[in-house]
Amino acid sequence: MMLEVQGLASRYGRIPALKGVDIQVRQGELVALVGANGAGKTTLLRALSGVQPVSAGRVLFEGRDITAAAPDKRVRLGIVQVPEGRQVFAPLTVEDNLRLGAYLRSKSQAAQTCERVYAMFPVLKSKRREAAGMLSGGQQQMLAIGRALMAEPRLLLLDEPSMGLAPRLVEEIFACVCALKEASTTIFLVDQNARAALAVADRAYVLETGRVVLTGSGAELMENEQVKEAYLGL
Amino acid sequence: MSAQFMPQFMQYLLSGLTVGAIYALVALGFSIIFNASHVINFAQGEFVMIGGMATVSLSAAEVPLGLAIPLAVAAVVLVGLALEKFAVEPARGASVITLIIITIGASIFLRGLATLVWDKQLHVLKAFSGDAPIAVAGATLLPQSLWVFGITLAIVLALSWFFGRTLLGKAMLATSHNRLAAQLVGINVRHVLLLSYGMSAALGAIAGILIAPISFTTYDVGVMLGLKGFAAAILGGLGSGVGAVVGGIVLGVAESMSAGYVSSAYKDAIALVITLAVLFFMPSGLFGKRGGERV
Ligand SMILES: Nc1ncnc2c1ncn2[C@@H]1O[C@H](COP(=O)(O)OP(=O)(O)O)[C@@H](O)[C@H]1O
Ligand SMILES: [Mg+2]
Repeated sequence: MMLEVQGLASRYGRIPALKGVDIQVRQGELVALVGANGAGKTTLLRALSGVQPVSAGRVLFEGRDITAAAPDKRVRLGIVQVPEGRQVFAPLTVEDNLRLGAYLRSKSQAAQTCERVYAMFPVLKSKRREAAGMLSGGQQQMLAIGRALMAEPRLLLLDEPSMGLAPRLVEEIFACVCALKEASTTIFLVDQNARAALAVADRAYVLETGRVVLTGSGAELMENEQVKEAYLGL
Repeated sequence: MSAQFMPQFMQYLLSGLTVGAIYALVALGFSIIFNASHVINFAQGEFVMIGGMATVSLSAAEVPLGLAIPLAVAAVVLVGLALEKFAVEPARGASVITLIIITIGASIFLRGLATLVWDKQLHVLKAFSGDAPIAVAGATLLPQSLWVFGITLAIVLALSWFFGRTLLGKAMLATSHNRLAAQLVGINVRHVLLLSYGMSAALGAIAGILIAPISFTTYDVGVMLGLKGFAAAILGGLGSGVGAVVGGIVLGVAESMSAGYVSSAYKDAIALVITLAVLFFMPSGLFGKRGGERV
């Protein structure tokens, strides 16, 4: 098992956001997490990256307990996140954003990966000297994904990568997620676009107010009546 | 216009530039910590004071200046790191206001400590390379001023290389722009904070050492220099490196001109007037984060 989340709880002050979440991700899988706004998806991903305090439960990565590990240690292990809202370093150039994505790697390793990122997103190469904040929303999302890829992730956490994008760009982002899976990156994907997420996922979890209420293969959940009604708008 | 005008003007300008360079160094110290944590470190002036005082006493103990200066800077860097480690770090998660109050407490503590380690007397450090004045366009320039200009210029160039060209410098900038994203790429933001206190302490110490031969050094010299540096940082736009340098120079020259042409009684009021005017009419300063790049 690559990632094992056991009874994870987290709170903002006294208000609980996660109330004992169990999730498993196997090597090479694409696992989706769907749920309404405020369900706790972002909180869970932040807890997995070590930037959100955990009040109970454990996180195991390849059998190792990392519940108390610092964020940089997790990046070193290969757990890398594309955060909600892109969070690019706006005044820095595209190139600097990418180089910082490989902060823990050597210059030559970074240069190699950078070529691959440019091959994947040619528009980033043509804008490499521009400030990240000047890019369009879709380009910033590509940059956020590219920056995460610079760390050579073994487990990629994607938080709402298609949020606020035009349909054509949403398609492009999902094609990119599928390409990453083909290239054997393990992916844990959160997306409001439940239909698209379930369509590409091997397995999925449904989160409701801090609890996992359903799990199954992507196809199974697509056919589930509750899911259809609540998340697919059928 | 009298024949005296040009030489006199040059004289005021040169002394204004000298003090302005010192203010710029102090302002850069404020900006670096502000960028890393949004905290205004009111102990910045005490870094300046300890730098000057330590060099004076090492020098009095016959330690050559070439050794006394690096030792004093190193001592102040240790004070800065200790301030972060033992006063700021334990309050992690506290509000910015709480952290600012902690730095005010630290500044009072450090001044008290200085009266115990040293005394309340005025001290003077001998100039780095003599007091023989150099004639410049009818005005005179002390060799110490050349040291001030040269070292300030070297520091400004070194800082712009560090923040513009090195990965660590860019990581510090990235942390100041987006702390969450910095953590997610694996930057240890606690190390960044520690480093920012170390760098600010070094800048303060160097400012204090450079000015010690020009004005007296004493346990509370940091209060006024800290305020002036703060005013310069506000004028330039808190957090902007270019702004800190420009703000320092403008403040230094404005003070010197007003002391020369109006009255030296108003000299110290200039900083206060500038601070208030900027805060009222132009809160982001000349180079604040509205536009230009922040260092
Ligand atoms: N910084 C915060 N402070 C207080 N409450 C928060 C904060 N961030 C999120 N929450 C609350 O935690 C719950 C889960 O939020 P979040 O994890 O962002 O949900 P999702 O990503 O699924 O939309 C929500 O009720 C939200 O209001
Ligand atoms: Mg969210």
